Amino acid sequence: MIAEALFFSAVLFIIGVVGVLIRRNAIIIFMCVELMLNAVNLSFIALARLHGTATGQVFVLFVMTVAAAEAAVGLAIVISIFRHHKSVDLRNINLLKG
Amino acid sequence: MNTLVYTFHFYLFGLIAIASAIAFVTRKSAVAAALWLVNTMFCLSALFVMLDAQFIAAVQVLVYAGAIMVVFLFVVMLLNLGQASDVTDIRGLGGKLTAGFVGLVMLAELFALSRLKFPRLMGAMTDHANVVNPVSAPLFHEFLLPFEVTSVVLLVAVVGAVVLAKRGTKTL
Repeated sequence: MIAEALFFSAVLFIIGVVGVLIRRNAIIIFMCVELMLNAVNLSFIALARLHGTATGQVFVLFVMTVAAAEAAVGLAIVISIFRHHKSVDLRNINLLKG
Repeated sequence: MNTLVYTFHFYLFGLIAIASAIAFVTRKSAVAAALWLVNTMFCLSALFVMLDAQFIAAVQVLVYAGAIMVVFLFVVMLLNLGQASDVTDIRGLGGKLTAGFVGLVMLAELFALSRLKFPRLMGAMTDHANVVNPVSAPLFHEFLLPFEVTSVVLLVAVVGAVVLAKRGTKTL
């Protein structure tokens, strides 16, 4: 089952990458990042099962903490961007574009 | 018989997770997308249980489906983005081609790598009565310093979120 779990994890990661590339809604892009983190968590769990110890599962807890922190800060940035532009569309956020 | 049931459910939850993820990426409305993502997370938590990570599965439901996605939905509600706009937010032809190309390259890599042979399971997690101890013992011994650092990360995130989202400060 380890190979299948890693396969599912890789497919979910690819869907997350494609989602980041094709969407323009900032909130949905954030959710795609969460999907990628979840896919990596599945890899961690599968490889921890392969190894027979629970040490890999500790890393999943750390990933979840970082994901929570990232969601909090990222959504605060989205809110303050929304105050400026009245939208979360990435087409309007091109201040750093050359 | 038992392994057949196990395999069936493993594939079932994995395929539902992938189908929900595809639905999540293609939905126009942010609320529908978030709910499909929650479905993906529930299926992943089922897979975690089947891979002998029961505690992580519970934390996945509580933290991801319960807390992080609620924050996302809360922001969608706060910014009043619930209804899908008339113009789609999916990028034009160039973006779609780039995304398709990247996706195909990664899928090709995946299929090339899937010929790899995996080693046999190195050990069995047989202690099903005690699922928290194997996770918490390394967390509080080997990984005590990273564990403390995550508390600092969370503190910085909370302060940063309040500072960024606060309205009408003079400095920002």
